[in-house]
Amino acid sequence: MVQAVIFIVLAAILIGSALGVISARNPVHSALFLVLAFVTSAGLWILLEAEFLALVLVLVYVGAVMVLFLFVVMMLDIDTTTMRQGFVRYAPLGVVVAAVVVVEIGYVVWTRKLGVTFGTPVTHAAKYSNTRALGDVIYTTYAYPFELAAVILLVGIVAAIALTLRRRPGTRSQNPAKQVRVSAKHGRIRLVKMPSGRSRGGEAP
Amino acid sequence: MTFTLPAFTPAIPEMFVLGMGCFILLVDVFLSDRHRVVTHWLSLATIAATAWLTVTVAENAGLLTFSDMFINDSMGNVFKLFTYLTVALTFLYARDYFNDRNLFKGEFYVLGLFGMLGMMVMISAHNFITIYLGLELLSLSLYAMVALDRDSPAASEAAMKYFVLGAIASGILLYGMSLLYGATGTLDITRLGVHIAEAPDINIGVMFALGFIIVGLCFKLGAVPFHMWLPDVYEGANTPVTLYVGSAPKIAAFALFMRLLVEGLGGLRAEWRTMLIVLSILSMAIGSIVAIVQTNLKRLLAYSTISHVGYILMGILVGTTAGYQAAMFYVITYVIMAAAAFGIIILLARKGFESDRLEDFKGLNDRSPWFAAMMLIVMFGMAGVPPFVGFFGKLYVLRAVIDAGMIWLAVVGVIFAIISAFYYLKVVKLMYFDRAPEGMKPVEASLDMRWVLSGNSLAILLLGVLPGPLMALCARVITF
Amino acid sequence: MSELLTKLHAFWSALTTYWISLPFAWQLTLKSLAGIVAIMLPLILTVAYLTLAERRIIGFMQVRMGPNRVGPWGLLQPFADVLKLVFKEVILPTNANRFLFITAPVISISTAFAAWAVIPFSNGVMLSNANAGLLYILALTSFGVYGIILSGWASNSKYAFLGAMRSAAQMVSYEIAMGFALVGVLMASQSLNLNDIVLAQNGGFSHWFWLPLLPLFVIYFISGVAETNRAPFDVAEGESEIVAGFHVEYSGTAFAAFFLAEYANMILISALAATLFWGGWLSPVQGWHFLEDTPLAFLVHTSFIWFAVKTCVFLYAFLWFRATFPRYRYDQIMRLGWKVFIPITILWLVLEGVAIVLKIPPWFA
Repeated sequence: MVQAVIFIVLAAILIGSALGVISARNPVHSALFLVLAFVTSAGLWILLEAEFLALVLVLVYVGAVMVLFLFVVMMLDIDTTTMRQGFVRYAPLGVVVAAVVVVEIGYVVWTRKLGVTFGTPVTHAAKYSNTRALGDVIYTTYAYPFELAAVILLVGIVAAIALTLRRRPGTRSQNPAKQVRVSAKHGRIRLVKMPSGRSRGGEAP
Repeated sequence: MTFTLPAFTPAIPEMFVLGMGCFILLVDVFLSDRHRVVTHWLSLATIAATAWLTVTVAENAGLLTFSDMFINDSMGNVFKLFTYLTVALTFLYARDYFNDRNLFKGEFYVLGLFGMLGMMVMISAHNFITIYLGLELLSLSLYAMVALDRDSPAASEAAMKYFVLGAIASGILLYGMSLLYGATGTLDITRLGVHIAEAPDINIGVMFALGFIIVGLCFKLGAVPFHMWLPDVYEGANTPVTLYVGSAPKIAAFALFMRLLVEGLGGLRAEWRTMLIVLSILSMAIGSIVAIVQTNLKRLLAYSTISHVGYILMGILVGTTAGYQAAMFYVITYVIMAAAAFGIIILLARKGFESDRLEDFKGLNDRSPWFAAMMLIVMFGMAGVPPFVGFFGKLYVLRAVIDAGMIWLAVVGVIFAIISAFYYLKVVKLMYFDRAPEGMKPVEASLDMRWVLSGNSLAILLLGVLPGPLMALCARVITF
Repeated sequence: MSELLTKLHAFWSALTTYWISLPFAWQLTLKSLAGIVAIMLPLILTVAYLTLAERRIIGFMQVRMGPNRVGPWGLLQPFADVLKLVFKEVILPTNANRFLFITAPVISISTAFAAWAVIPFSNGVMLSNANAGLLYILALTSFGVYGIILSGWASNSKYAFLGAMRSAAQMVSYEIAMGFALVGVLMASQSLNLNDIVLAQNGGFSHWFWLPLLPLFVIYFISGVAETNRAPFDVAEGESEIVAGFHVEYSGTAFAAFFLAEYANMILISALAATLFWGGWLSPVQGWHFLEDTPLAFLVHTSFIWFAVKTCVFLYAFLWFRATFPRYRYDQIMRLGWKVFIPITILWLVLEGVAIVLKIPPWFA
């Protein structure tokens, strides 16, 4: 009963914030709505006892991805009027596509012709660790896709570095190692022996 | 929890490519630009060794491992070998091109190898998860390779388009897969096939899933109406990258069709046949007609790819063993021809001159009779003129279509083949009957490239004269 | 007198009957609420006195007095500060985003407090004995950055915005090193539950994780300093460059909220360091049986006192850093995080994995 209430509340917030993502005028607000959507879906996952996924969703998407996203969006100077050009023209097509998708999902959820039954979720003892269960299959049954995902991330890193790390002529950068090695004795300060002179005429120099 | 180690033997080539990819990545970091050629030869050696390993582990054919997510079968092994061949050709052709433009970086090779790994994973996939991951591995490498030339706005634009459309396609494919999973409760291809075959009636959810999967696959293959990215990417990317994008991934995409549609969703043959007929005819039509007005050879070849994709789909949609065999023959020969065509563009290009406009081919016969002849072979091959292999590709496909009783479809195929012959012959006319513009320099290229390119082009002729062994190979490995 | 007692007793029994008659969900909610209050009030008091301690300790280090006028030894100074802040006006800058401007300090402070739900104060004494407590804390601390980013953006001020950007980049970078350091802890303890992590360090000073995970411990604490935007990583505030950084436009209670959040986060990081690497509420002299019959016997037993003492040691280190180190330059911060800490943590995780496989005693046996 309590769970149902929590589910409905979270689901309502989730749908509301998802709508907010696409309808907010300000891109920063859109991004923030997306953050809210992530947090509420994490809440839904916790209801399903998938606490590892829920927390990792918050950790990775909310804590890192969306921060960087906001970082970029806040710096952009997006002209919303040009973005909106052609919205009315393409809106009917979008509505049709959305309607088709909604009907499909509705139908798939509705239909049970192929003998698919949506059983009630299994409940576990308080000591049940979703993290351990996940680890048990990821490193055994699903080791191969897991490694593949790692390779994809590696390719992502290689691609990102290859595309952004360019030594352009004329740019200057600091070499911290060189900065650290600097010492006063070697070339930074030159002490010059000067004979002490006497000022002429007795005036202050 | 009890757990037994999976058998690693069937996947040794994949593991080797991964290890060598990481190794080359590390080696490349410590190489100066003068010694970058080490990366080049190391990559080629990797491919050669992988091919040897693939042949060695081929005796394990039919073996499933990694919790049934990986399959080592003879069809996959043949696909893999041809994939290695085209990737190796790409690397060979690319060296001088990148050297001339100060783009000779190790990342091209590393991404190329990882992309090849992605194709191998796709070809050997026996589970939706691995199919998707392999596809993403390949796609990500391709996006990055297209964007590698940061100083070219066209390349950046092409990469952006490719990335956005490719991401949408991946999303659609994934969506279809998740619908299928929801309807059948399995991600395993064999079990899915059994499930579909035993299902009493066709669920509309499964039908939608099928639609999504076909849309996703056709996006990757470049069939009309999901072809929008193809001409822009072909034109915008550096020619060696275009060669990479346009050749080996077609083999992997075809393997996906075989795994997903034929093995997994074979029970829905009647349903996907209708969809594919529409896509096939549209592809042939758009590919053949729009190509006529192109002035850029890379763009023209993009449309030519689209029309060839139409014929490949035609072979698949027949739904008979002969059809699949013909389609496989078509894919392999098409990839060899595409490699040669882009190879010749690379050969003629030099610093500051891409040689990708049609007029750049004017009077090629005066500049280099030998390579004009090679280009002639490629163009005739693509057009499907008899002694060349393209003819047999089309012949086998059309024969399978006729055998299945779809004579009207075969007629449509022939009509578009004739239309498309027009623009291939236009290139030939430019080379032999037009005068070269003033100031065109003679062709210069390194020796290894000349030899390999000649071999590649002559293979089109050779396979055309003797199509039997390749067809026999296709017949042996496809037994559905 | 006895009448009063009877009345009290009657009241008490009425209360217990009422308690039993409540539905379980209500009981749970009320219990949790009581727990939250029991954590929050001391925490806020600690924050108040931490600010005083900071000023006095730094004053001591810099050979000056610090605040010593309000109350004996300045002990009432925090309350004077709070009163001053509460009675000041909260000024909304022109064209500021009103909603986000007000929400930002709320996010800051609520995440800083919410993380305390899974901290074990003594064996099993915690608000929520969650399985994935460590992940929960990581998730919440990563959420805290939104308070700073939003305040910087909503203020409509370039100083605030610059501070927010610096802080966002810094926190995202150091979160990775911090996360890896925590992975080391969970590898060693085989658990994400903070109580279990403490129990895994049972056995005295040398059994705690700081020893086998020494590099991770150091990196964790330095990253913690960076995550809280404290000196020497306080480029987000950077008085000499960007006035006061992300909270330059805040005044009154809203400013107090940021202040409170910063200090609550400091205490949290210290408490976590104590829990994860210094054995939480375990005694460092565990097993010294000769102390058992002396008045010092309480030292041998596990207790909240040890937890508090350890936390205070780390808090002192925070203040010490601030008095000692000059501010890092921005590029140095990034370099330290990405090029020094992350490689070291990854390397140490590999070594630790080897140690676990080899079952090296006493930690991994």
